[in-house]
Amino acid sequence: MRAPLFILIQLVIATAIYLGLRFFGNDYLFFAGYTVLQFIVLATAWNILGGYCGYVNFGSAGFFAIGAYTSVFLFTVGQSPEAVFPASILPAMQAIFPLPVPLIIAIAGVMSGLVGLGTGYLTLRLRGVFFAIATLALAIVLQTLVVNWSFVGGSRGAYVIPANTVPVFGPYIQYLFVLMLLLTIIALTCARMIERSSLGVGFATIRDDELAAEACGVPTLKLKLIATVLSGALMGMAGAPFPFYIGYTEPGSVFDLGYAVNSIAMPMIGGTTSWVGPLIGAVLLGTLQQVATVTISSAVNLLLVGLLLIGFVIVAPNGIVGLWQSWFRKGAKP
Amino acid sequence: MTAPILKIERLGKRFGGFVALDSVDLVVAPGERLGLIGPNGSGKSTLVNCICGTLRNEDGTVTFDGAQVDGLTAHERTRLGLARSFQLPRPFASMTVAENIHVPLIYTVGARGHHLSAAELDTRCMELLALVALDGKARHNPRDLTQVEMRKLELARAVAAEPKLLIADEAMAGLSHSEVEDIVKLLIRLNERGITIIMIEHIMRAVMAFSQRLAVLVSGRKIADGAPDDVIRDKDVVGAYLGQ
Repeated sequence: MRAPLFILIQLVIATAIYLGLRFFGNDYLFFAGYTVLQFIVLATAWNILGGYCGYVNFGSAGFFAIGAYTSVFLFTVGQSPEAVFPASILPAMQAIFPLPVPLIIAIAGVMSGLVGLGTGYLTLRLRGVFFAIATLALAIVLQTLVVNWSFVGGSRGAYVIPANTVPVFGPYIQYLFVLMLLLTIIALTCARMIERSSLGVGFATIRDDELAAEACGVPTLKLKLIATVLSGALMGMAGAPFPFYIGYTEPGSVFDLGYAVNSIAMPMIGGTTSWVGPLIGAVLLGTLQQVATVTISSAVNLLLVGLLLIGFVIVAPNGIVGLWQSWFRKGAKP
Repeated sequence: MTAPILKIERLGKRFGGFVALDSVDLVVAPGERLGLIGPNGSGKSTLVNCICGTLRNEDGTVTFDGAQVDGLTAHERTRLGLARSFQLPRPFASMTVAENIHVPLIYTVGARGHHLSAAELDTRCMELLALVALDGKARHNPRDLTQVEMRKLELARAVAAEPKLLIADEAMAGLSHSEVEDIVKLLIRLNERGITIIMIEHIMRAVMAFSQRLAVLVSGRKIADGAPDDVIRDKDVVGAYLGQ
């Protein structure tokens, strides 16, 4: 299937989901759906570096937070440009701000992509657990910076209150839901294109054996940097609408351990070698978490993730996609 | 006299206080079959790693095909035409045998500006697999291969990069007598195609059958270099292997 057809199919499914949810007329479904979509983007982004290249990133919350705090920063600037810009350029800035959310998402993507590039340069000579610890440290460093940056609210947090309604879409959550649907399409298309390109082949060689990859002419450092930039940018883009979604952003909620754990667990449960894996894992785990939040308690979420992860590591170490492939192979044998 | 394809001058490499290579000089002519031997720990693999860019040498220079390559990464040297096989086969485990061959075709031949279409990629891949008699196993996973097939895959993958110089690092370790002969014949066939080959090996009958010239490393120093029959009678070489 060619990329334009793949995008078209996704657009059709996305439209059907959006109209289907509108049909129920319950905004909670959009709130819950937004969270599941956000996890699809995060899991897909994590999988580009973690699944395709084999570099386990524990700093997903850090990249997510860069996106979220880029939004907070740009929103705050938009609220009072006179406090930021000199009088000479104030009229121009007043005309530009407040920025539309899609532009904020794009800027957040660039910012987190750049941090991904920097992180890549600093850490990609590390492997395995050392790389994982370095990415975890990145999230902690970023959280410390944000906690001490009063312009974006510091430790007390910041309010980002958008308009109640948006033309065409109606309630603001429906607008955010559509934006997250589009981000999901971008993330899945990106992942699928990588998988089927020479870039995907290069990523797989890095995962399998970096030394042999170099000996085959694969520029491993360059490819790893591409992976960290893409992965970081998508994570940041997933985080950018979050302040508009939640209304009140504080470091504890944005740098939540749950983002790091979920963005690893979802691809692991779905399967890390294909774009379908993170999608299945995120839909399954994200939906279960939403159901658990409503029916039991939100605190049970991480327990659910932990139990499922243990179960899958034992029963299906290659995730649902791996399980499916092994069944398919057995079925194909005479 | 033709310019050497590989020229190593005063090459030095240390690991902390341990001197792995001590001012090694080596010249390889185009089209030559060079055997490189030495006891375990003599620095043979370190020398290969320094030539191929896996390790950086602290002293001396490596000149390949007229260009000094010391500052280049391993993949840049591969793209210049310097390929290697590994002592322990390192296939890409998540890929099929054919896909393993695709990697250097995409990343080395492709990077030289000869972009191959999917059909060309498959044709070239099957030619290479036929060369090592693995064409029947193209769709298999490397873990289904026997030890000798794994060695052949390793060599085919190195040859897929269209090298000018191939370094076969103990490509026959652990193989039976007939399998060793098989690999030696394969290496000679590759050499007849114009590829200069350095063979690092412990199996002396293979070394003697293959090499036009023999160099010996002991404790990181080259102690002999010349015609194989002369080198194996050299008293320093005999001493290094059998004790003084």
